Amino acid sequence: MLEIRNLHAGINGNKILKGVSLKVNAGEVHAIMGPNGSGKSTLAQVLAGRDTYKITVGEVLYQGRNLMEMPPEERAREGVFLAFQYPVEIPGVSNTYFLKAALNAIRKHKGLEELDAVEFLQLVRNRMKLVEMDETLLHRPVNEGFSGGEKKRNEIFHMAVLEPKLAILDETDSGLDIDALRIVADGVNKLCRKDNAIVVVTHYQRLLNYIVPDFVHVLIDGRIAKSGGKDLALDLEEKGYDWIKVEYEKTAELA
Amino acid sequence: MISTGEKTVWYQSQFEMIEKSLNGEASGNLHTLRKVAMDRFNELGFPTTRDEEWRFTNISPLTKISFESPLASRQDGMTWEDIERFAFGTENNLVFINGRFASGLSKSEGIPQGVIAGSLATALKLNPELVHRHLGRSAKFEDNAFVALNTAFIQDGAFISIPDEQSVNDPIYLLFITTAPGPTFVSPRNLILTGRKSRLSIVERYASLAEHQTLTNAVTEIVAGEGAQIEHDKLQDESLSAFHVASLFVTQQRSSTFTSNSVTLGGAIVRNNVSAVLDGEGCECTLNGLSVATGTQLIDNHTLIDHARPHCASHELYKAILDGKAKGVFNGKIFVRKDAQKTDAKQTNKTLLLADDATIDTKPQLEIFADDVKCTHGATVGQLDDEQVFYLRSRGIGEMMARDILTFAFAGDIVERVHVEGLKHQLESLVHRKLDEGRNH
Repeated sequence: MLEIRNLHAGINGNKILKGVSLKVNAGEVHAIMGPNGSGKSTLAQVLAGRDTYKITVGEVLYQGRNLMEMPPEERAREGVFLAFQYPVEIPGVSNTYFLKAALNAIRKHKGLEELDAVEFLQLVRNRMKLVEMDETLLHRPVNEGFSGGEKKRNEIFHMAVLEPKLAILDETDSGLDIDALRIVADGVNKLCRKDNAIVVVTHYQRLLNYIVPDFVHVLIDGRIAKSGGKDLALDLEEKGYDWIKVEYEKTAELA
Repeated sequence: MISTGEKTVWYQSQFEMIEKSLNGEASGNLHTLRKVAMDRFNELGFPTTRDEEWRFTNISPLTKISFESPLASRQDGMTWEDIERFAFGTENNLVFINGRFASGLSKSEGIPQGVIAGSLATALKLNPELVHRHLGRSAKFEDNAFVALNTAFIQDGAFISIPDEQSVNDPIYLLFITTAPGPTFVSPRNLILTGRKSRLSIVERYASLAEHQTLTNAVTEIVAGEGAQIEHDKLQDESLSAFHVASLFVTQQRSSTFTSNSVTLGGAIVRNNVSAVLDGEGCECTLNGLSVATGTQLIDNHTLIDHARPHCASHELYKAILDGKAKGVFNGKIFVRKDAQKTDAKQTNKTLLLADDATIDTKPQLEIFADDVKCTHGATVGQLDDEQVFYLRSRGIGEMMARDILTFAFAGDIVERVHVEGLKHQLESLVHRKLDEGRNH
């Protein structure tokens, strides 16, 4: 579904991603972990199409197409979804109005009929239960005055409505207390299917207790330094990131 | 080039022409007022950018045109169908064509008994004492050329008087339409008196039927009685060839609540003055404004809130969306007098610039002579937020639509504050249309 080949990207001349390669197939859950500043969020933003980052080398194929040539809205319409680390507040635009515009843009792209107000509300009510979201948040302006936890829940709610093929969750666990974390993770798990894939970007292992990954990748200084199964996350929780750094530098020297 | 001094001569000749047509009526209180005002206008002349109050607004284009004052009502067989598109469903429509009341087009089904709502010309005949007690009391023309000019040419306008404890449930809609083919100037003069604990929503709308050069120079005086609750909404969407100067003077008595929502979409050069005197304790005054300007439009909003008594609150939010080479001006003066302790005043001005050549001059002016007050002001000028645009796009919304949604949300913040439902809905579509036009330029 997604293939990243030797991706280099940066901002204002600063190199952040220095050769990331990653392959994600349908039905898989991948976790990308790493210390602060290793490039995790940059990778997530680049995949969603944030143009403040410049791509210097490498390519990204999504369903066989060059993802980097697609504007952000086309990526979304083709099924790429980013749950933001810091969801933006949009005063004056209600959550439902925004979601309806987004969903109908995606449906139109797929050649489906746009949903009318009644059909949309039915869908939304149904998906709200998935993340146990308060209905009042539907009618409020997008993320405005939401607590940190409500914002994250709202992101997963958007995901539930838009049903992406490739969902990238950027630090969705930060700002969530343990109960909210469980609810949000349960929501994500219910959205996992054979024909979609999820990439979880996280600093801590705790989210991975609930969303169990098939693969764990450790991003250090803009490169994937180590990949493994779900046990790798437990090792990281216990030992931190330094040992991987040392190990990775040794291999690099040998090479 | 004609200097402004010569232009006052032009208006003097127009004044004399009207004077002749008045025949026997060229005497009495009103005409004395007119004559004093005309003399004052001749002394003042049109303001220039050397006047502090007009520093950013160059009105020389309008001073070069020989606008004629229509002598008589030119309803010209107009029917309700011609103006229906400007209505929004209330039962109380007072229609003015080229500044004169058009009784055949007006409706007043929702006016309760005891309330007077009609033409000023009629009120001058039927209730001269009441009118003269208030006319010109808050709209002083000594230092204001446009108010002087309006006063010199007082012919007609709306007169509304509401007795104590009377609520008018349906909004009263004042519709001012200019139709004349040649350069025409109209001077609507409105006087609105509200009794103790009365309630009223009033809408002033200025529109043109065609793309004519017109000068609308309107003055509205409102007295909000003790404990009265008044909403005044103004919509200016005249043609892009129109010049428009409007001055709203409000005097608030004890514990009254006054809200002004002013939306400006049309006109080549527009200047709105809103001046509120909080002349009793416990008043609340809210002034909201929205300008949407495209092309080479210039929209200037000047506000003055005079906190004359203690324990009053004022809230002010003016927003502008400027595209093309449009120019915006905002000047917000808040005056807190020595006795006006416990004043709570907040002023905010926000401008969204959609094009590189669009500009705004914004200036808060706080003059505070009391020591126990809370006064804040803030101004922001910017473009659409890239992160917001990206957020919308990343969910599948196209870039153009994302920008539209965010731009409209910026405007919607003001539109939402209008409580007259019919007008609110019309504003939503008018603002959308205006933004679309701007984009297609």
